[in-house]
Order: sequence, then structure tokens, then C-alpha cells
Amino acid sequence: MNLKQNINPVIRDLKPSGIRKFFDLANSMDNVVSLSIGEPDFATPWHIRDVGIYSLEKSRTHYLSNSGLPELREEIVKYAARRFGLTYAPENVLVTVGGSEAIDLACRVLLTPGDEVIVPEPSFVCYEPLCRMAGAKVVRLRTRAEDEFRVTPEALEAAITPKTKLLILSYPNNPTGAILPKENAMALAAVIRRHGFFVLSDEIYAELTYGGERHFSLGTVEDIRERVLVVNGFSKAYAMTGWRLGYVMGDAYLIKMMTKLHQFGIMSAPTTSQYAACEALREGDDDIASMREEYDDRRRIIVDGLRTLGLGCFEPTGAFYVFPEIVSTGLSSEEFCEKLLREERVAVVPGNAFGESGEGFVRISYAASLENISKALERMEDFLKKIRG
Amino acid sequence: MNKVENNEKLLKQLEKNGRITGEQLASVLGESAEEIRDTIAELERDKVIVGYNALIDWDKTDRELVTALIEVKVTPQRGDGFDRVAARIYQYPEVTSVYLLSGGFDLVVMIEGKTLKEVAHFVSSKLATIDAVTGTATHFVLKKYKDKGVLFEEDPEEDRRIVVI
Ligand SMILES: Cc1ncc(COP(=O)(O)O)c(C=O)c1O
Repeated sequence: MNLKQNINPVIRDLKPSGIRKFFDLANSMDNVVSLSIGEPDFATPWHIRDVGIYSLEKSRTHYLSNSGLPELREEIVKYAARRFGLTYAPENVLVTVGGSEAIDLACRVLLTPGDEVIVPEPSFVCYEPLCRMAGAKVVRLRTRAEDEFRVTPEALEAAITPKTKLLILSYPNNPTGAILPKENAMALAAVIRRHGFFVLSDEIYAELTYGGERHFSLGTVEDIRERVLVVNGFSKAYAMTGWRLGYVMGDAYLIKMMTKLHQFGIMSAPTTSQYAACEALREGDDDIASMREEYDDRRRIIVDGLRTLGLGCFEPTGAFYVFPEIVSTGLSSEEFCEKLLREERVAVVPGNAFGESGEGFVRISYAASLENISKALERMEDFLKKIRG
Repeated sequence: MNKVENNEKLLKQLEKNGRITGEQLASVLGESAEEIRDTIAELERDKVIVGYNALIDWDKTDRELVTALIEVKVTPQRGDGFDRVAARIYQYPEVTSVYLLSGGFDLVVMIEGKTLKEVAHFVSSKLATIDAVTGTATHFVLKKYKDKGVLFEEDPEEDRRIVVI
């Protein structure tokens, strides 16, 4: 049997990530300082782990309700109100296997063949493949360093066609570290209102903003609310990536449709994780604060460090990434990263991994120890000296 | 920024990582590296910062080292309270820390020596013989799990992928 002929052509034709060989190279080398990881370097706070362990001791090892443990959905509702001013009820919440599943469900519930989805770039890598699996066409919207990588109302207007069904927004942003302050979000909301498409707002980094301004959630904008799905989760806020737990909040009917799909594809999100997550939401505000403070210290050090090395970078105030421009080195993003890895054993991610508009940049994660950040900066200094001659 | 508040931030940073550089502190606190150096010098002069240590796990070396924690009961001295007795104890180089405590005994003294015998000898001949000392209880340290907020036995490095998008 010709396997190639028999599988879904959409998945067959998805481009494997062009930087795969770079990852493999990094993995095969020793003594690499890695600032390439897209997850917190902290372990989950102990009291949260402890509650997970206790749930196992109490034999809580069964499926839970499809839409999530009722007390967890209650806690999510309270948390979302307390932290971001969102006013949802438990029926507006579905607990998922990471924010990732929530994104997939949203795409599959909303999109039909022929629909267009506007995906701003550079952005997290899953949106385009998931939209395409749902049969939709992806319209890429480039964001620019000059605009602090924010989607502007003008650029959004220009990307809209009668077929536009969904806009994906992802702030605080991976890979740029950009945020979308309230006034910018409200300007986009006006466009969204006028055209009436849906919005998937991936707010997984919502807790990680620096410099005083809290994340502004599009789910709080009254007159577009029913068209907005807010995705969040435990991975980044509580350093819980391995627990695979997230959630989506939105209009009750949309949530019901997503729950239907989730029920068939997943049954219920991991039970241990849901018990631990209750503890995170009840008692974890201080953990968020101390991790955020730690990220902020590192952020300041790395941004100053990169600027001292003469790498221009706009001030990132969200997530845990810096996105410096490397055009001045005369290298492409991939050349830069491969050379830096081979010659100085520092791993960072080429910007074009996050879409073509990321070319000319690299993503550096500061979810790493200060020691490793210092070491990486030193090695990069040597590297740049060599390149610049 | 308010100087006192900033000093507290600076001290917390140093307490966490004594090797953080002036430049890094400058980035974190949004001050010039020179200002930071001046402030640190001042804090050292005022004995707010009293010293810098490396945390060493001697168990991973060939050095023979025994650590003991000794509870000491003391009769307080007129006028000086416990301070004079404490001073008589902390002068010994074998003594690495001395704390005054509330509760069932008065001082806790940490001692380092080469062997159990050496430490026991120190307690019986030097500590217990001090006039004001009315009793001691010696506890030998078998294993250090965590000290000054740092874990001594980290779990073995997990297999983390180098690149995770
Ligand atoms: C922007 C963004 N959205 C979603 C996710 C997925 O997170 P989760 O672990 O909740 O599936 C990530 C993870 O890196 C991310 O960067």
C-alpha cells in the first residue's frame, strides 16, 4: 500500500519545521547553553505538586466530568475575574489538555473549508497547521518591530475579506515578547465589531507582563465578547507545562460545541492535574508574583546585555522572550543560529521559525538561570567580535 | 526610586546570588553600575553586608569534616545577659555559628571538626567548662539537604530537550 497516497493530504503537505535540522544539531552537542526553551525553568511550586500527589493518595484516578472538575471551573471563573476582570460563569469554561487543545478545538468548531483565518506573525507555531487541518485558509498578517509587534487596525483592515471567519491574537506574544495594551486592543475591537468575525485570543502568557501594566483581555470588551474565545492555561503562569492543563472561556454555546468535540476526542483533561490546578488558583498568586519578579530581573539583564553587544531589540514587556534583530551581522536568522551554536555553543531559535516575518530576528528565552544567561551573553560577545572582525 | 526600598532590593539580589555583577544589578535596579558599586561599598562599611561565602558540599570532596549542632544551656550574666557567654564561645575558630534562641535551651552553636572525637573533645573540654554553661546536648549532622535556600542534592539533570518552541 502506498502510504503517502492514503493519508490525509493536508497533514502530508504540512511543511515540517524548516529548523528541524538545527534542533537535531543542538541536541547532538555537549556543553550547550540553551536559551531556546519555550517553557519556565522553574519546577511547579511544591504546594501545587503536593496537592496533585495527595489526590493520587486519595485514589482520585478516574475520569472527571467532560467539561472539567466543577470546583476547578468555579475557581477558573473566580481567578479570571480577580486577575483580569473577566465575567464568566462555569458554563463559559471548558478545561482542556493544555491551551494547545483549546486552540485546536476552537479552530475545528469555528472553521469550515473556504473560511479564512487571519494569523499575525511572528507567532507561536501551532496556529497555521491547526487552521489548515480544519480546512481553512490562513492569511498571514505581518507585525513589525516599528509597531512593537502589535497588530494595527490598518493592517487588520487590509487583511480582512468577506471570507474572514477568525482572527487569532496572541499577546503577550511568543516569540517577540510584545504585549497589546488596552488602547491598542480597543482599536482592534472596533474593527472586529464592524466586521463581526470571531477572535481566538491566546492569553497563555497573560500573567507575565512587566513594567506595571497588567494584561488586558479582549474577553472584557462588552460588545464583542460573544465572538471572543479566551485561551489560557497553567503552563506558563504556574510552571506547569508537563501537567498538560489549560482552558478556554467564551460564549456558552461555543463552549458547548467545543465540549462535544472534546468529549469524543479526549474524554476529560488529566485528573491529577485538575486537582493540582485548583490549589494553584486558590493559593498560587504569590508564586506567580515571585516567578514574574525573577523573570523581570533576567529580562532587564538580558535586554541591557544585548544592547551592549550592539544588537537592537525593542523592549519586550511580556512572556519570557527577547527578539533581537540580527540583520546587522549580515547573516540570515538560520545562519546566525547555526553558526552561534557550532562556534560558541549557544542555542537560540531563528526568528523565521515563527513565520517569514521573523526573518532577521532570533528568539532568546530568558526562562533560564542567570548563570546561563551571563554565560550566553559572554559567548555571544565573542561570536559577534569574530563576525564583525 | 526610594533609596531604602532600592537597598532592600539590592540586598535581596545579593543574598540570593553573591556573585551577581555590578552591571547586572544596574540592569535589574535601573541604576548606573557606579551607583551600585558605591551603595554596596557603603553597605559593607556599615556592616549591613557582613560577608560573602561560597556554599560548599564538602561531602563531595576528600576533606574529612564533621559538623555538629550543640544546644547550650547558660546562666545569664548580670548586666551582659547572654552576650558575654556567647562571645566566649564564638571566639573559637571551630565555631561556625552561634544563635541565641527562645525556648528550652539558650544558645545553639555550630561546630566543625575533622572527626567526631575532635568535636566531642571540644565540647567537653572547651564548651562545657565555661562557667556560665550549665548543660550541653550535641547533635552530629548526618546529611545536609538544604542550606541557605540551596538544595545540596539536586535531582539528576532531567532529559530536557534543548529546543522547545
Ligand atoms: C503562545 C502559546 N500558546 C499556547 C501554548 C501552549 O501551551 P499549553 O502548554 O497550555 O498547551 C504555548 C506554549 O509554548 C504558547 O507559547
